[in-house]
Amino acid sequence: MRLKTPLIFSAVSFLLLVIVYSSDGSEKTGPDETYIQPPQVDSAFERVMSVVTHQRCMNCHPTDDFPRQSEDSHIHRFGVQRGPENHGLAALQCGSCHQEANNLSSGVPGAPHWGLAPRSMGWQGLDKFEIATAMLDRTKNGNRSLAEVEHHLTEDPLVLWVFEPGVNNEGMEREKPPLSKDEWVSAVKEWIASGAEIPVKE
Amino acid sequence: MKISFEINGESTSVDVDGNTPLLWVVRDTLGLKGTKFGCGKAACGACTLHVDGVAVRSCSYAVRFAHGKSVTTIEGLSQGNELHPVQQAWTEEIVPQCGYCQPGFMMATAALIDRIPNPTDEDIDNNIVNVCRCATYYRMRKAIHRAAEINSQKS
Repeated sequence: MRLKTPLIFSAVSFLLLVIVYSSDGSEKTGPDETYIQPPQVDSAFERVMSVVTHQRCMNCHPTDDFPRQSEDSHIHRFGVQRGPENHGLAALQCGSCHQEANNLSSGVPGAPHWGLAPRSMGWQGLDKFEIATAMLDRTKNGNRSLAEVEHHLTEDPLVLWVFEPGVNNEGMEREKPPLSKDEWVSAVKEWIASGAEIPVKE
Repeated sequence: MKISFEINGESTSVDVDGNTPLLWVVRDTLGLKGTKFGCGKAACGACTLHVDGVAVRSCSYAVRFAHGKSVTTIEGLSQGNELHPVQQAWTEEIVPQCGYCQPGFMMATAALIDRIPNPTDEDIDNNIVNVCRCATYYRMRKAIHRAAEINSQKS
């Protein structure tokens, strides 16, 4: 009898521990949803805008006259300005430093016709719905038709630079947008083929 | 890679890696030592020269982009024995201290007064953003205005 009491006590304690540690305090009424829910796929609009709103794009779409740079989108060093034709000032043009390709030794990024988007295509401070509206507005987008918008977004080497942004002046890789170039092109074409619909802002 | 361009009015060809900075080629291949290396990151402007009349930072300019173009360095700024207005003004105002950064400033200034013949102080502040560790900025501002004056008298 003396020998059995501690054994029974130990068995009861073990069962209590199992019950306590296996319970998360919630009632499970069905299978775990983590395993039965299909993966979320963003709409083409959301995928397009995930790139457009990335700093690699936004830095050259200011609403003022000062380009931004780097991951924190600070105002471009050296007082660089938009200038009359969006390519800098008389003796401080974008092309004074930015050439047609990334410079991997200095860390200066480059692509053909490097410059700012025109002021009408300033996006800073706008949400994705407002940006998309501006992209399709011929009074703001350089009078581009939908087909021309698609061409610009999927063919222009300056736009596509964002997917190969090179290294910064410390030799560190610049952050890339959340989609690859192929995923971007596919998303743009899908969005435009379906009418370039802009969801209603909730 | 063979790259052909004009340097200070004369045709030249170099056979180098196309990604070599133009500054390297100008100084080490062509032996024109007036253009200076400063930061190597297109930030200080010591290496400024002209490519087709545009002021560029040659430390960050791959030489392949100069193919078929016209490059002007500080050595080619004057017309024969006649000093460029910027060179005259720099001499009159005794601008340099150590002098290292001055060729870059002078090339940037030449590009400025070519496009804005009578620059205001604001134009100077906005366009001439090179770095001078001797802080000769005050004398440079006077020299830029003087260069514009000489330039207008000549033309």
